Amino acid sequence: MLVPERLVHLSSVDLAIIAIYFLAVLCIGFYLKRFAQSGEDFFLAGREMTAWVAGLSFLSANLGSLELLGWAGSSYQYGILAAHWYWIGAIPAMLFLGIVMMPFYYISRTHSVPGYLQLRYGKAASGLSAVSFGFMTILMSGVNMFAMAKVMQVVLGWNIHFSIWVSSLTVGIYVASGGLFSAIFNEVLQFFLIWFGALLIPILGLIEAGGWNGLVTRIQHNFPGQNFTHAWSTLGRFQDNPMGMHWTGIVFGLGAVISMGYWTTDFLVVQRVLSAKDLRSAKLAPIIGSFFKMAVPLIVILPGLIGLAVLPEKLVPESALQPGQHSYNDVLPLMLARYCGPGLMGLGVTALVAGFMAGMAGNVSAFATVWTYDIYRPFIRKAAADQHYVSMGRWCTIIGLFISIGTAYLAMGFASIMDYVQALFSFFIAPLFGTVLMGMLWKRATPLGGFLGLLAGTLTAIGIFVSMKIDHDLVAVFALSPLAKELAQDMYQALWSCLVCVLVTVVVSLATTPKPAAELSGLVYGFTVIPKEENVPLLRKPIFWAGVAVALFVILQIIFW
Amino acid sequence: MSERHHIIPVWFLVGLLLLTYGALIVASGIAEWRNQPPTVLANLHAPVWWGSLMVVLGAAYINAFRPRRSS
Repeated sequence: MLVPERLVHLSSVDLAIIAIYFLAVLCIGFYLKRFAQSGEDFFLAGREMTAWVAGLSFLSANLGSLELLGWAGSSYQYGILAAHWYWIGAIPAMLFLGIVMMPFYYISRTHSVPGYLQLRYGKAASGLSAVSFGFMTILMSGVNMFAMAKVMQVVLGWNIHFSIWVSSLTVGIYVASGGLFSAIFNEVLQFFLIWFGALLIPILGLIEAGGWNGLVTRIQHNFPGQNFTHAWSTLGRFQDNPMGMHWTGIVFGLGAVISMGYWTTDFLVVQRVLSAKDLRSAKLAPIIGSFFKMAVPLIVILPGLIGLAVLPEKLVPESALQPGQHSYNDVLPLMLARYCGPGLMGLGVTALVAGFMAGMAGNVSAFATVWTYDIYRPFIRKAAADQHYVSMGRWCTIIGLFISIGTAYLAMGFASIMDYVQALFSFFIAPLFGTVLMGMLWKRATPLGGFLGLLAGTLTAIGIFVSMKIDHDLVAVFALSPLAKELAQDMYQALWSCLVCVLVTVVVSLATTPKPAAELSGLVYGFTVIPKEENVPLLRKPIFWAGVAVALFVILQIIFW
Repeated sequence: MSERHHIIPVWFLVGLLLLTYGALIVASGIAEWRNQPPTVLANLHAPVWWGSLMVVLGAAYINAFRPRRSS
């Protein structure tokens, strides 16, 4: 592995800031242990979080390593097109979760997404989804860990093994102690740290570049003939933008499938919302999260664009790295080193560490819940005491972390592991969205239809992925253009997988016997009485704020068209 | 935030952390006032105003969400 010289040096005040952070998260974990005694407390934080706490935690669990460094690097590579993963690739799905899907999750009182599938389709679909989710979660957690350790090595010169073990043991201790209480508390702290640690980069960067107009002029000067600052106008043809993407891939693959799948069925994020104290808070939480999600490009995408404008060197892909050069993924640390002196540097590094740990904590707490409630309880030990399951959850957190550490070391062996992670994500999340959505909205969907649809969708995604790797000519068939880069391929792969899932679910369901109506109460649209919203003023209604979020989303698209 | 468990509000902890970090960053900014670090725009003294903002926000959170004895 090629390791360039370290990018920054830390002063004593920086080290103090990092040490205080580790101390704070551990103290919070120990403090909260006394409150996480029952299953509902440990796995769902007692279902008593306010909309704001659940909403910020919902967002923070997603701000992992791929988000902070990966997308900053992607914005250097692809320009503002990367912002689509924060806008159309998040906002409609988050609002859909809050307004349409959350009532079903919340009313069914499920502990997890596979738990919902068990109620709706039975053990087969639930078991398949739980196993694939567990597999994906552990792999993601390991890759997050490896990515963090690698960044700490490149940025600070820290030993890679030291970073992996210290950060993962810290996460393990605080999550195993306080369960979801602890994960959520720390995620809220991490949310503030990430913003305060990273927001100064775009502020100072814009001052240096001469505002937005100065930034655009400098990018055009540095990269003549390339368009990095328009989000939609270059998507008419694959060859007009640096991503090799067409608008259909963004709208249907990313907006309609990948993002809907992730934000509405990935239990890592949905678990945070299920911890809300009542249905109105559960509906409001993702809506609150959507406002901040729209703003995340400020601290992730904008630094990449500023890098294009002000950095004297040209960054290169990881695979083409030569001694003395830096890769796309180094853009955020490079900007940090450019603007932040002692103190602010410590805060920025703490923000990065906090982001990694939030992602890792999200993965292990979701894994512990799905293992305990959706694999261990239905398939291994059915009727144990609540305390037994809490104890299993604590052990599972630790064991999950050790397996993650193993996958982190495994990830070191693969140069392009991050590409595969994105693909892996589309294998399991895209078909799951089809299955959950059909289950919630179509009363005729049957248990066999749900199971076979999920299985067929997953196999389709894996099949397309493998066939495109074996024969590159098939990229033109599945991704509609030979120019489609890997991210674009993932979008179409997800789209096909979801379509196959829905098609198989419909065909098999029509050929099999549906569940009786009495068993669908609280699970399916038309058989579920959604509680009437309490008589609250307009400003406290979820639907009002969802409307405001839609308006802001549209305005952003027009501004950066 | 937590009615059943009487947990210290998370916002209070946020305030404590912001206040602590803000104070450290302001102190560091004042210490380097004459001997600026070799960073771009160091003349703007970002640690002083950014750290001050954190101190003010942290103090406001601590004041608004400090744990009170329940009756």
